[in-house]
Amino acid sequence: MAEAKPNDAHGAQDATRRDFIFIAAGSAGAVGAAATIWPFVAQMNPAADTRAMSTTEVDLSAIVLGQQIKVMWQGKPVFVRHRTPAEIAAAQRDDYATLKDPQHDAERIAQENGEAGKPEWLILQANCTHLGCVPTFVEGSSFGGWFCPCHGSDYDTSGRIRRGPAPTNLPPAPYLFVNDTTIRIG
Amino acid sequence: MSGPSTYEPKSGLTRWLDKRLPIIRLAHDSFVAYPTPRNLNYWWTFGAMLSLCLVVQIVSGIVLAMHYIPHVDHAFASVQRIDRDVPYGWLIQNIHSVGASMFFLAVYIHMFRGLYYGSYKAPREVLWILGCIIYALMVVTGFLGYTLPWGQMSFWGATVITNILGAVPFIGESIQVWIRGGGSIDQPTLNRFFSLHYLLPFVIAGVVALHVWALHESGQNNPTGVEVKSKADTVAFTPYATAKDLFATTLFLILFATFVFYMPNALGHADNYIPANPLQTPPEIVPEWYLLPFYAVLRAIDFNIGPIDSKLGGVIAMFASIGVLFVLPWLDTSKVRSMRYRPIARQFFLIFVVVCLALGWCGGQNPGKILLPATFSATLNWVEGGQVATQAIEAPGESQFDETAAATRASLTQGGAAMVMIQRLNATDASVTSVSGGAAQSRTVTAATQDELEAEIQHLKDEVGARTPFFSVARNIPFTFTVTTFSQILTLYYFLFFLVILPILGLRETPGRVPDTIAKPVTA
Ligand code: HEM
Ligand code: FES
Repeated sequence: MAEAKPNDAHGAQDATRRDFIFIAAGSAGAVGAAATIWPFVAQMNPAADTRAMSTTEVDLSAIVLGQQIKVMWQGKPVFVRHRTPAEIAAAQRDDYATLKDPQHDAERIAQENGEAGKPEWLILQANCTHLGCVPTFVEGSSFGGWFCPCHGSDYDTSGRIRRGPAPTNLPPAPYLFVNDTTIRIG
Repeated sequence: MSGPSTYEPKSGLTRWLDKRLPIIRLAHDSFVAYPTPRNLNYWWTFGAMLSLCLVVQIVSGIVLAMHYIPHVDHAFASVQRIDRDVPYGWLIQNIHSVGASMFFLAVYIHMFRGLYYGSYKAPREVLWILGCIIYALMVVTGFLGYTLPWGQMSFWGATVITNILGAVPFIGESIQVWIRGGGSIDQPTLNRFFSLHYLLPFVIAGVVALHVWALHESGQNNPTGVEVKSKADTVAFTPYATAKDLFATTLFLILFATFVFYMPNALGHADNYIPANPLQTPPEIVPEWYLLPFYAVLRAIDFNIGPIDSKLGGVIAMFASIGVLFVLPWLDTSKVRSMRYRPIARQFFLIFVVVCLALGWCGGQNPGKILLPATFSATLNWVEGGQVATQAIEAPGESQFDETAAATRASLTQGGAAMVMIQRLNATDASVTSVSGGAAQSRTVTAATQDELEAEIQHLKDEVGARTPFFSVARNIPFTFTVTTFSQILTLYYFLFFLVILPILGLRETPGRVPDTIAKPVTA
């Protein structure tokens, strides 16, 4: 370009300076546009109050042996199950069965901070790992645990996937024992 | 391709306006004098119906928005209130919900028309792509709109679809949270879905304007697929096309009104009259009828493809099934536009239409449903009577467990045990039960499904009961032709049609005789 305009009043350097200004202004404009778009995109992320709602306390003393309750945590259902000795035994025995997503029962009941949980309390996120339905606990189902009505995934008494389309186990919900009969989820 | 404008303002006022904003001229050139191919058939009337549908959705939607409350506690009730208490609310609500279905009905016919007559080929590629963009926007708008009444299907449909996005590697979860505005479908989701559902129809209107602009630039295709060559090939838009469009649209409106007044809920799912409940999944989750084919494609991929797991594979297939339409102009290699003169392509096209309908059927079925009868069987062996012995074994370490178990089994069998059962208790321990002597028994049970088979096995076990300490069960699970298998075949054809059949056939097929001009066969 410098040669194309030999008679430029400002000399041969001018064209390259102009190129520089173009590129500099263009880049500044692009950065500015990106910086402007960012808040408009980021505003869709969870708001502070939505994130603040993120713990749920559960009083365990109300849940009798062999029963479970569903509680809401961050808008999602969570199973809190009081397991019977038979369920616990089955869950531990099946640590060695052929599993799609191998995991030991002990890891699944562990608390958020890594401390061991109590075998009789199983705290699971309740959405089927396939497409998110809520499975139901079916007494005497093929693997003794939950069955998802949507596409027929079977979970065992530890919430591990045993049959059906779901790819992974029901994920344990992060929880801590606040005292002997209360847990805090989240 | 309207050539020079033929508009002549007649009064002083229109002459004055024409110099300042030639809007009447634009309307005249586009919708009155505009030359249309003289051989257009009724498949060309759906564009007009689509324009009407868009207006109907926008007008009825704006009215609904005056009464609707986008809040998880009030949304369901506010829609019920529109239906019951708002003057004529029932009518306007029905028009809007039935209208969505009618819109899709018309757009599918419009698209199949384009496919059959090769309307996507040069010089109409951009016109076609704009159409695909409109269609994609319609799908998103329809999905967002279905969430708003906050019934069970609204809630769970939104849950399933946003879960699907979570399958995208690495960023899936962030996208999911970003779209939901939280960990799950909740108030933030409903609020933004309402905002976007209000916005998108206007975006569609903008793209439709581009679509019609592109149409007027390249001119309409026609049933022969031969380009307009002279004035003899065309007639004026008004009155010819206008009258035809109006007549067809009237028939369309009769169908529309039949649904609105006599069966407003026929196209929806009854479960959406149950308020959304995040703790309770409905027995089946299905989208609206017009999205069923894509739902079937999504679920057809129930196997992993190398590093791509089945869930992600399904998502890719679903997006690809719409994405492939965008590149269609470059996939079809045939020089002949209209399938009227492509005898072989026409057969494949007809199969394609049937495949799309069949995919829609599959999308509404339980994917595990067995379509061709199969026999599941299981053979149970047990020993009645005899000596039962129980012992505990312990392997030296977790990794040696299998060895230890096999050795125990072998030694017991050698020692005369008829059957041995080893039940692992933990990493190294197992309890071993064996029977020697007694009478060996065997029975085979059969059933039509795996669940029934399990029930049969349980039944037999209960019957034999305490007469034996344990059973050995050998299951024989046959290959079954399920709705999923069927969807897989259909999905395969869907993609083969675009990616293999059209590209190869265009080069190989001998087309029929294409007329030289549009006018020739019509006026002859
Ligand atoms: C809101 C939705 C839509 C509206 C209002 C609309 C409107 C129209 C109108 C008025 C025409 C001219 C009349 C006709 O040929 O029927 C047309 C033509 C056309 N449309 Fe659409 N359309 C829509 C969606 C689509 C979609 C989803 C596609 C394809 C993916 C598409 C592809 C085409 C093509 C290829 C033509 C030219 C047809 C030809 O001349 O043979 N349109 N559209
Ligand atoms: S959502 Fe549970 S099996 Fe599909």
